[in-house]
Amino acid sequence: MAVSGLIMLGYLLVHMYGNLKFFQGREKFDGYLHETLPHMFYPYLPEGGALWIIRVLLILALVVHAYAASTLWRRNKAAAGYVGGKRYHTTQHKTGNQRSYSSFKMLWGGVILFLFIIGHVAQMMPNWLSPGGASDSKYDRVVNGFELWWVVLLYTIGLVAVGFHLAHGFWSALTTLGQNRSSTRRGSRWTLISIALATLITVGFISVPFAVLFFGAGS
Amino acid sequence: MNITLRVWRQKNADDKGKMVTYGLEDVSTDMSFLEMLDVLNEQLTLSGDEPIAFDHDCREGICGSCGVVINGLAHGPQVSTTCQLHMRSFEDGAVIDVEPWRAGAFPVVKDLVVDRGSFDRIIQAGGFISAPTGSAPEANNLPVPKKDADHAFESAACIGCGACVAACPNGSGMLFTAAKITHLGLLPQGQPERDSRVIGMVEQHDHEGFGGCTNIGECTAACPKGIPLDTISRLNRDLLGALAKGKA
Ligand code: HEM
Ligand code: SF4
Ligand code: FES
Repeated sequence: MAVSGLIMLGYLLVHMYGNLKFFQGREKFDGYLHETLPHMFYPYLPEGGALWIIRVLLILALVVHAYAASTLWRRNKAAAGYVGGKRYHTTQHKTGNQRSYSSFKMLWGGVILFLFIIGHVAQMMPNWLSPGGASDSKYDRVVNGFELWWVVLLYTIGLVAVGFHLAHGFWSALTTLGQNRSSTRRGSRWTLISIALATLITVGFISVPFAVLFFGAGS
Repeated sequence: MNITLRVWRQKNADDKGKMVTYGLEDVSTDMSFLEMLDVLNEQLTLSGDEPIAFDHDCREGICGSCGVVINGLAHGPQVSTTCQLHMRSFEDGAVIDVEPWRAGAFPVVKDLVVDRGSFDRIIQAGGFISAPTGSAPEANNLPVPKKDADHAFESAACIGCGACVAACPNGSGMLFTAAKITHLGLLPQGQPERDSRVIGMVEQHDHEGFGGCTNIGECTAACPKGIPLDTISRLNRDLLGALAKGKA
């Protein structure tokens, strides 16, 4: 779980860096996507080779992550000792002493992300799903899509879900890998770093669709 | 004070069980929670009902047997054992829900009593050191750095109550297991079996049906002995180290 999650997080950071080139205009953005990326490590790798290696790695990471999540979920459900569909029958202190919202919603957040990623890849990769109009320029396709409020709404949901997922996920991965040295959950510096990282990713990604929809960027 | 109790009643392991409501009057705020249950049980016995079964022994917060979930919190609103919780922690007229620890690995025996034998089996799988017996050795023969001694001692304070499992949304027993790993792994006496200990104990933990840790930290927040959360990262470091050496 931890390792596959960290691989995807690494990708997200690079991906966000690429997306922010949107603000440099069509030429730079399309140049990066249509020229720079496909020629990564060229001529040592064939054109687009590095991208395909990354794609295979990401798909593997996603499959491992989802498989581990479903196994863990089933195991933990059995371990919590439910009786008659509930664990504790009291209605008091449903959130225990200190549980965070993010830690609760890992599973459903993950499922939302999974659906988001499928829809998103279908929209951005070839001209498969092209709300707002297809184009050979990825820049134009981004602008066309994000001029529609419901596309931006779906992205907002997806990106907020990424934020919550990472706020708990990054901390959790580090702890599983033995890196927490704090005696409490809230006291750990990783807790703050995870929240900061999650915020950075959500805000960084969301800046593009918001800029298009609310500030008319790219039109 | 007058209170209303809603208590989990279950005749035996096979019974379905349900919450039953009892009113209790003139409860002294100085009573411990267990003394309050004693008073209720006296009344139940006098009126010909079956008294509520609950575990207890030392009544001074060191044996770890008195675990119940009160109002959804392991050991109730104060981070202590149930025997050290007093009725002054509740308001007059309060409705108090009392339930057993819930975990697949802690089956209910009767009412509030659960079987915590799974913890014993985790200890049997490695929570010990093999040392020749005999008279106690000279204490200063084996120097232990102060920091390690303090951390080991802090972890040795675990009383095996199971609050960590009851509080964990995943029913995981990682904090308990990690406390033992930390306690023995920091001392020189624990070194020879350090790798086999962590592998054996984690295997037994999983085999007993405890859940997998997702680092929520609810265990530490509920632990009456304040076992720190970083013991779990220490366990993971030891486990990764042992696995890397191919000790599985
Ligand atoms: C507003 C936010 C986002 C924008 C504007 C955006 C934009 C893009 C674009 C333009 C591509 C195509 C790149 C190419 O064809 O080389 C792409 C691919 C992709 N994106 Fe995003 N993305 C966003 C958020 C996300 C998020 C949050 C995730 C993951 C959780 C994600 C995962 C992916 C994946 C897996 C691919 C396919 C990579 C590949 O196989 O080449 N994206 N994105
Ligand atoms: S770690 Fe704390 S809560 Fe868990 S069994 Fe030990 S003393 Fe009880
Ligand atoms: S009865 Fe021993 S700890 Fe409460």
